[in-house]
Amino acid sequence: MSESAHPPLRAYLWVWLALFVLSVFSYAVDYVGLEGYLKWLLITAFMLLKAGLIMAVFMHLAWERLAIVVTVLLPPGVLLFLAALMALESHYTLLSRLSVFFS
Amino acid sequence: MSDSQGSPSRLAGVGRDLVADWAADRRVFAMPWDKAMIWLFILSDVFIFACFLVGYMALRIAATEPWPDAGEVFALHLGGEAVPLLLIAIMTFVLISSSGTMALAVKSAHAGRRGATALLLGVTALLGLTFVGMQAFEWTKLIEEGVRPWGNPWGAAQFGASFFLITGFHGTHVSIGVLFLVIMTIKAWRGSLGERRPGFMTRRRGRYAMVESLGLYWHFVDLVWVFIFAFFYLW
Repeated sequence: MSESAHPPLRAYLWVWLALFVLSVFSYAVDYVGLEGYLKWLLITAFMLLKAGLIMAVFMHLAWERLAIVVTVLLPPGVLLFLAALMALESHYTLLSRLSVFFS
Repeated sequence: MSDSQGSPSRLAGVGRDLVADWAADRRVFAMPWDKAMIWLFILSDVFIFACFLVGYMALRIAATEPWPDAGEVFALHLGGEAVPLLLIAIMTFVLISSSGTMALAVKSAHAGRRGATALLLGVTALLGLTFVGMQAFEWTKLIEEGVRPWGNPWGAAQFGASFFLITGFHGTHVSIGVLFLVIMTIKAWRGSLGERRPGFMTRRRGRYAMVESLGLYWHFVDLVWVFIFAFFYLW
């Protein structure tokens, strides 16, 4: 049973601070009232950064072997494909509703 | 199987490790059993929440009525001014703080420090409880304003269904996490982790490594909130 290396205390503290800062940025995107693609891009970017930091440092994945990292990240990554398919289908559903009920 | 190569061959080395871990006729995950199992449980829970979030996306895209503006719906009124998403921002702050104290608790546990571990676990539990309290307040407020799973005063009827389902499941996960945090706080405080006493539920011997497994669950709960915060409240 190999003991993986442990990061120093300051790694946790820096990540903690970064999470707060990213949360403020995310909130600012809404508060400032950005719209359109820029808003979605920033929201998603900040979300992925926060998620990445939590998984890599707090959940220790950066120091674990690739076997567990792949096991944890690959299946949800495949779910992105499901999300893309559902987005396509939902748009079709919307168009169907609009053309059948509202035309 | 340690690799001390330079950068160019490090990727190849890591790749070889991956293949070797899965191919060799031995245990795949080089970690304690409970830690590996918690990761697999988290993976299954990620699937559950992914289904909910993808379902929410599908509902929202296909809704013919406009979706209520989350900024307005979840605003708090302070001194006559509507501050958008204030409660949600505070809830995010509380949960991130709890993740920080949890990480420190795990670090204390690895050092075998009984008092610090118990204190930090207790603070994490309190912060989690605060989060649940605020979510309960949010639910009460919205229900009073007329939000139901089948309709609301502001827009698409599917809003309430999505909101209650997603935040309900997340809040339940936080509550269960708080329960386990309280149990672990008591175990740490009584010295059951250091002295390896059997637990009351499963009779398994206490180990400080248990705090790390609980930490993984708690960080997962925070992770889900990061996605909910972005997709439901901000988007």
